[in-house]
Amino acid sequence: MSKKLMHAIITMQEQEALELVRQLMDTHEDPFTILQYCTQAMGTVGQRFEAGDYFLPELMMAGEILKQISDILKPQISAKPGKAFTKAGKVLIGTVEGDIHDIGKDIVSFLLDVNGFEVRDIGIDVPPAKFVEEIKTFQPHVVGMSGLLTLAYDAMKATVNAIERAGLRDHLKIMIGGGQMSDKIRDYTGVDAYGKDAVAGVSLVKTWVEGMPQ
Amino acid sequence: MKDRWITPSPDAEEKQTQKFEAWKAGGNVPFESPDAKALYQHRVTLIKDAVQLEKVPERVPVCPASGHFPIEYAGITWSEAMYDYQKLTWAWEKYHEDFATDVFNGPRGVVPGKSLDLLDFKLYRWAGNGLRDDQEYQFVEREYMAAEAYQDLIDDPTGFFLTDYFPKIFHGLAPFENFPMLPPVHEIPLVPPAMMPFGTPEMKKAMQLLGEAGDETHRWNAEVGRTSLQIMGRGLPSFSGGFSKAPFDVIGDSLRGTRGVLLDMFRHKDELMEACERITPFMVKCGIAACRASGHMMPYLPLHKGADGFMSDAQFKTFYWPTLRKVAIGLIDAGLVPILFAEGSYNQRLEVIGDLPKGKAIWLFDKTDMKRAKAAIGHVCCIAGNVPLDLLCTGTPDDVIQYCRQLIDTAGKNGGFILSTGAGMQGARPGNIKAMIDFSREYGIYR
Repeated sequence: MSKKLMHAIITMQEQEALELVRQLMDTHEDPFTILQYCTQAMGTVGQRFEAGDYFLPELMMAGEILKQISDILKPQISAKPGKAFTKAGKVLIGTVEGDIHDIGKDIVSFLLDVNGFEVRDIGIDVPPAKFVEEIKTFQPHVVGMSGLLTLAYDAMKATVNAIERAGLRDHLKIMIGGGQMSDKIRDYTGVDAYGKDAVAGVSLVKTWVEGMPQ
Repeated sequence: MKDRWITPSPDAEEKQTQKFEAWKAGGNVPFESPDAKALYQHRVTLIKDAVQLEKVPERVPVCPASGHFPIEYAGITWSEAMYDYQKLTWAWEKYHEDFATDVFNGPRGVVPGKSLDLLDFKLYRWAGNGLRDDQEYQFVEREYMAAEAYQDLIDDPTGFFLTDYFPKIFHGLAPFENFPMLPPVHEIPLVPPAMMPFGTPEMKKAMQLLGEAGDETHRWNAEVGRTSLQIMGRGLPSFSGGFSKAPFDVIGDSLRGTRGVLLDMFRHKDELMEACERITPFMVKCGIAACRASGHMMPYLPLHKGADGFMSDAQFKTFYWPTLRKVAIGLIDAGLVPILFAEGSYNQRLEVIGDLPKGKAIWLFDKTDMKRAKAAIGHVCCIAGNVPLDLLCTGTPDDVIQYCRQLIDTAGKNGGFILSTGAGMQGARPGNIKAMIDFSREYGIYR
C-alpha cells in the first residue's frame, strides 16, 4: 500500500492518496512511517521537476496533497509523546516596502513549508525596520525579500543596509525574487542570491541551511 | 461555431492593409505642420514594415514602453496623477518633449481615481486608497471566484460577471447580485420580475454611482484625449490602442488567482478549459471594440501565467496557447495587429508561439533570449523588446548602449524588429532612457 500511496502522490492523484492514508491509519500504520513515504514521494516530485518533467503546478499540487495528509496525521502524531517534527531551518519572508504583491511570496512560503522549513511570513509593504525587528525575534537562517515592481530595487537595498547597520547581516543569508529581479539586482542590493522562480528560492534555502551550523 | 478562429480569414490581409492606410493617414490628428504629418507617416511606415516582414524598414523603430515613468520624471505624485487630469497629461507632455521616441505612449493606463472611489473598487489599491502618494497602483490578487462556480461562469459569463464578480470587486455595485438574468426576458410575463430589482433603493443608488463614475470618466477622457491628439500632432503615432488578454489569464489573474488556477489544472481541468473557451469570444470582441474606439489597430495583450516556470510545455499547449491563439486570430481577422507582450521569459515557448500567420502580430518580449526568438519566430512575427528594466534602473548609459547595440545586431537583423523596453520603464534613470533612444535611432538605420 505504501508504494501505491507514493505513486498516487507522484502522479497527483489527490483523492486516491488521501484515501490510501486513511486506509493505512485504519491498519494502525505508524504515522511517522506514512510521513516518510510522503517525503520520499516529494523527493521524486522534486527530481522530476529538476529533470524538467514537472513544473510549478505539480509542485503546488503535491504540496497541497502533503498538507492534507499532514492534517489527517496530526492528531495521531501529537498523541505520541517524545516524537515531534524537527524543522529543517528557519526562513523569514516578506514583500519589501512600497510593494503590496503577495502571490510570489505566498508560493515560496508554501513550498518552503511543505519542504519542512519553519517560515515566518511578515506580509507585504514591509519597512526595513520591521525586517530588522523580526530578524531579532525570529532569528532566521535565511531572509527572503519579494518584490514585483522596480521600486522594490531601492527598498531591498535599504532593507539590506538596515540589517547591516543592526549588526545582523553576518549571520544571515538573504535572497530576493520577483518579476523584475535579476543577478544584476542581487549585486545592486547587496544580497546573497536571486532566485529566478519559487523553486530556485527553495533550492537556495536548502543549500544554505545544509551548510550552516544548526 | 466550434472551428472559429483556427485559420485566418481570407480577407484578413486586405483588412490589415486598409487599417494601416487609415492609421497612416492620421485622419483625426491635428498635425502641427506638414512636416509633423510627414514624420508621423514615416514612423507608421517604419512600424508597418517591421510588422509585415515584407521589406526591411529604413531603420529600427524605437518604441520604449513609457509605463509610469512620466509620473516620476515630472515629479508629480501618484494621487495627483490619478485625481488631477491636467497634471497627468502635463507629465505625459513633458515626457514626450524630453525623450525622442518614435511613438506616443498614452496616459490611459493611469485611470481616474475618483471613478474607482465612487464604485469602491477592490481589485486594485492606489494612492489615496490604501497606498501612499509615492506608490503606483497595484493589483490585489485573490480567489474572487470559487472553484465550484466554474459552471456558472461557463453557463453565462455576462451574468456571472454582473451578479457575482462585480459585487466582489466593486463594493458600490453590491446590489448587482440581484441583477436579473437577461436572456430569459423575452415574453410579457417575464418583464415585471426583471424590472423589480431596479425599483429598490439599493439598486437605484448603485445605478446613480455608475452614472457619476461615468461622468467622471468622461472628464478624464476629454482631458487625456485632447492632450494625446496634441502630442500625436507633433508627429508621433500612438504605439497601441486597445486591450485584451489571454483567456487563461482572465481566469488565472482576475477570477481564480495563481494558486487557484494552477491547482485547477488537476482538480478542475475540464471546467478550466471550457471556461477559457467561453471567455475567448469576449476577448476577441473586447480587443476589436477597444480598437474601434481608439481608431487604432494594435491592441495590447499583457500575458502573465504562460511564462516559463509557471507551467510545462505540455500544459502551455493544453491550457494556455489554444485560446490565446484564437484571440490572436480573431483580432487578425479584423485587420488588427495584436501586440503579445510576454512578460517574464518565453524561452520554452518559442517552438509553439510562432504558429501564427506571417506578418500579422508582434511578440513583445521582456526577458526572453532575443537571439533564440529571432531564429525561432523571426520569419513569422515581428519581435520587439527587450531592453531590461534592471539595466535601465541601475546601470549606466554605456551599459545601455552596449546592450542596445547587441540587441539591434541580433534581433534587428534584416528588419522585423521594434526596439522597446522589457516592461513599462518606471524607475529607470532618465540618462539611460535617453541613451537607449538616441543611440538606437542612429545605430538602427539599415544601410
